[in-house]
Amino acid sequence: MTAEDASSNISDLQSRALTELETLQDARRLEDWRVVYLGRKGKLTQTLRTLGSLPPEQRREAGQAANRAKTTLEEAYDNHLKTLEEASFATSSTKGRLDVTLPGWPVLRGGLHPTTQIVREICNAFASMGFQVVEGPEVESDEYNFEKLNIPKDHPARDMWNTLWVDYTGIQDEHSVLLRTHTSPMQARIMEKMDSKPVRVIVPGKCYRYEATDATHEWHFFQVEGLAVDKGITFADLKGTLYEFARLVFGQNRKVRFRCDYFPFVEPGAEMSIDCFLCDGQGCRVCKKTGWIEVLGAGMVHPKVLEGVGYDPSVYTGFAFGMGMERMAMLKHGIEDIRLFYSNDLRFLKQF
Amino acid sequence: MQVPLSWLKKYVPITLPPRELAHRLTMGGVEVGGIGEIGTSWEPDKVVVGHVLKVDPHPNADRLRLPTVDVGNGEHITVVCGAPNVAAGQKIAFAKEGARLFNTHSGHIEPLRPANIRGFKSVGMVCSVLELGIGDDHTGILVLPDESEIGSPLADILGDVIFETETTPNRPDCLSMLGIAHEVAAHTGQAVTEPDADYPEDDDPIEKQATVEIADPDLCYRYTASLISGVKVGPSPQWLQDALVKAGQRPINNVVDITNYVMLEYNQPLHAFDFGKVKERRIIVRQARKGEELETLDGVKRKLSPPMLVIADASDAIGLAGVMGGANSEVSDGTTTILLESANFDAVNTRRTAAALKLSTGASYRFERSIRAELAPLALRRATKLILDIAGGKAAKGIIDHYPGEKPAPTVHLTRKRIKQVLGTDIPPDKVESVLTSLGFTKKKSSTKNDGLHLEAPYWRSDIAIEDDVVEEIARIIGYDEMPTTTIATSIPHHAPQPMWELKQRTRDLLAAAGMREIVTYSLTSQATIEKAETLEPKPLAMANPMSAQFQYLRTSLRGSMLETLATNWHTSLRDGLRLFEVSRVYMPTKADLPDERETLIGAIAGRRLPLSWLAKELGEVDMGFFDAKGVVQSLLSSLRIEAAFEPSENNALLPGRTASIVCGDHTVGIVGEVHPRILARFDLTETPVTIFEIDLPKLLQSASAASRSYATASRFPESLRDIALVVDSGVPSSNIEAFVSQHKMVQRVTPFDVFTGGDVPTGKKSIAYEIVFQSEKDTLTSEQVGRALEDILRRLQKEFGAELRSQS
Ligand SMILES: [Zn+2]
Repeated sequence: MTAEDASSNISDLQSRALTELETLQDARRLEDWRVVYLGRKGKLTQTLRTLGSLPPEQRREAGQAANRAKTTLEEAYDNHLKTLEEASFATSSTKGRLDVTLPGWPVLRGGLHPTTQIVREICNAFASMGFQVVEGPEVESDEYNFEKLNIPKDHPARDMWNTLWVDYTGIQDEHSVLLRTHTSPMQARIMEKMDSKPVRVIVPGKCYRYEATDATHEWHFFQVEGLAVDKGITFADLKGTLYEFARLVFGQNRKVRFRCDYFPFVEPGAEMSIDCFLCDGQGCRVCKKTGWIEVLGAGMVHPKVLEGVGYDPSVYTGFAFGMGMERMAMLKHGIEDIRLFYSNDLRFLKQF
Repeated sequence: MQVPLSWLKKYVPITLPPRELAHRLTMGGVEVGGIGEIGTSWEPDKVVVGHVLKVDPHPNADRLRLPTVDVGNGEHITVVCGAPNVAAGQKIAFAKEGARLFNTHSGHIEPLRPANIRGFKSVGMVCSVLELGIGDDHTGILVLPDESEIGSPLADILGDVIFETETTPNRPDCLSMLGIAHEVAAHTGQAVTEPDADYPEDDDPIEKQATVEIADPDLCYRYTASLISGVKVGPSPQWLQDALVKAGQRPINNVVDITNYVMLEYNQPLHAFDFGKVKERRIIVRQARKGEELETLDGVKRKLSPPMLVIADASDAIGLAGVMGGANSEVSDGTTTILLESANFDAVNTRRTAAALKLSTGASYRFERSIRAELAPLALRRATKLILDIAGGKAAKGIIDHYPGEKPAPTVHLTRKRIKQVLGTDIPPDKVESVLTSLGFTKKKSSTKNDGLHLEAPYWRSDIAIEDDVVEEIARIIGYDEMPTTTIATSIPHHAPQPMWELKQRTRDLLAAAGMREIVTYSLTSQATIEKAETLEPKPLAMANPMSAQFQYLRTSLRGSMLETLATNWHTSLRDGLRLFEVSRVYMPTKADLPDERETLIGAIAGRRLPLSWLAKELGEVDMGFFDAKGVVQSLLSSLRIEAAFEPSENNALLPGRTASIVCGDHTVGIVGEVHPRILARFDLTETPVTIFEIDLPKLLQSASAASRSYATASRFPESLRDIALVVDSGVPSSNIEAFVSQHKMVQRVTPFDVFTGGDVPTGKKSIAYEIVFQSEKDTLTSEQVGRALEDILRRLQKEFGAELRSQS
């Protein structure tokens, strides 16, 4: 065989292969073609093997021709493969049109109770300011619910909390046990435990009052209590902390207002309102035309309370606050009847 | 309390518009919850003072009459009037045509139109308080003071603004007009003028006419009394009646009205005795005798017992001290001599007495709140003066004043340092002093301290005891909004981990993600629910004062309320399937100070597995059961990285054979099972099965904290799958077979994928098909290796469980 023969063989092979390639319409046959011409035992490889009989000079020349042919065929293969793929995508994108307006597979959607959600939101807001969540007992003693909070027996301030008493006769006859009327007993419990160390906690939980229910009153409700005690904590800190809370929970542009109020376990005592976000302070039904909505009670921890749990009130100061969760959720979601929360009608719950 | 501004103006000039004043009071701690306006709707030219010139009979009706009224400017109008009390010479409120009044027939406020009444054309009206909107009485017309000027606008005479204030328990002084006046003064920089209390003392000295003895000085701190003879009891003058009505009180007679008026002025309760009925002219303040009876002024005979305090004469109780007078010494039309009492009684004893007798009065309400004993003689003299002015008579010389409970006025030492320590801002001393002076504090000399202010609280304030009380006074008068706003400067304290809180949060999130909806139900339950749910043990704690039988017991199980919630939502939600859970406490009685409050999870699953879907209509028609609930529990526990076994179990409320206990390590942490139809029927849940699961979270927490999460490298080598179907006794638990197979070192996992009984499977047997995944950590398993392993497994299954191979692939 001569070099001419070899290069003519190569060029014949190339043109045959290219002609054949043009006719191929599916990927399987294209693969067969690739194996036939470019495979390890393919025709081009066989042709190359026949070059061994040529003199070295001619062999190199023919080898180069063969490599050129290989490159050409490989490129042709790649191009054809791409064409075939595109053609196949084009086909599949026009086949089997769906009625996309039909509903998808039902995916089960659970959810959290609106009270859980608001408790979380509020705890998270305070967590961002360094408050830690702590929980305490719902069944409490008179001592923690009242006496340690500067509310002695027969004090008229007790009228502020209509109390459900637990029948403890036969267990501890002289022991006064009740359902906590607020989360405030945890103030005393936490400080006793912390033993004159700084405190910054938030206490969510259920509370109870002996109360007839109506659209705005429920005997069973959730509160969140906050307490920060340290050297150098001031009324200004109380204002700043609660202002930040109002912005986090009710929106960055909220205005707040503090007025003097009374709770026996704080001095000075305060009530915080936010500007009505429903009417932008113009006055509406929710804010009773005042433009302001009361959201929580607060104050500086009363020196008698600090003293009672072993904190020196001339060294330590602190603030405390408490708020009703249902009221917060009602404000945020425009819920008009508190009784919806614990009636557990799914038509209500599913909206949250 | 209802505070008419007209009354307030007697003591302090009101320089601010009412709404602004209400705002300042509210911000300062005396909340004005409502503002009532009287007379703002009366047009000055249409509702005026009229003078009744004559009253003629109506020609056609006996009950109706025709008064002719001078309405000013010489205009005389004759109208029809049905009121029996209309009489010539009266000054009355006259409404002209078009005046906007309350129409007693329609029940609306509307313009007054001419009317033809039994043949007489009437244009205008003589008004009652009901038509004017200032009272309920429609039986008679309102008679105005004689000095009222004819034709002048009625609003000028009767118009008023009334603040509805809410008084916190620490501020009894704000239950009085003078108390509010002092607040107004502090907020507006005005001075308070105290009422006139001077009167001539023309009669014999009081000591010669009456004696007072305090037998129990621990319960009566002060007793003052005056004596007035020759009084004439009768109706109060109009101004006094008006003032009381506007303040929400009912006028009775001049003497009683004055005691009420002065109580509202000073906050000091007073009582007038008909001295003619006081035996031996002696007053004794003593504890009631056991079983002693007293008919109080409200006509109720009350059985008393010590330590209730009574006012007695020489033989009987004639009043319940600090609460209510006795009927046997009541002032009546025939009374001529009055002993006026102004005393100070113990707060706690008064509160207990009022509570025991269920008799809360204006007096007891005030004494409960610890009013100052300094008020007693001031109010006594003021009331004595008014009685002399209004009811006539002569006052005895001097007053009786027994004061066994006398103590120095409360003083507080206030430093600039403390103000800064509490408020976080330095308030200039001159500002501090001016605020405190405006509130009535007085500076005293301190014998021990040089720095700061030594302050005596004003005599009407009983809430000032410590330095911080005064700090609050300063802050509230300057305004809380004027105080600075800062963030806490100290570092965040060390926080202890709160694993239970975290577990509850995670549990709720995971269950919600598994399609479950959270509910929160009441902690208190009823005997009926406990019995229906058969959660009788342990016996729950009961309320000592339950609101109702519905909320009588602290629940020891969440089951009852869950089944009730299912029942409530049954018909609205059953087609979509009900998947509910609750994380709440149950309250287990203990011998300790407080019960054991255990955080508990309950879940319930019932109804259709999926909402109706065109994609798989049949799935929407399948009711959920045991395995739906178990699947949720498994998913929860696996997400919490807790390994649990489900062991066949029994429970009185659940179906035998369809109940499993959830076991983590050595602990049973909960149960899952189908609720017994007997119980479901009691909750009217009869259409589909209900499966519940209950988990004790403290026990789960123990398992969770033991569970570690160390990383294991996944094998690089391929898996080999084999399916086998075994026939075993139907009592053999699949979990035992799975565990047994899993022990083989080449087995990666084993999953049952078909369970079959009947057909060619013998009775008492079942066929279970498993997919077994073989994999090695070291190399690729050959099919010969896998085959040998499977044979080995099958041989041992045969030995262990008597399992026969039914098929293999
Ligand atoms: Zn509003």
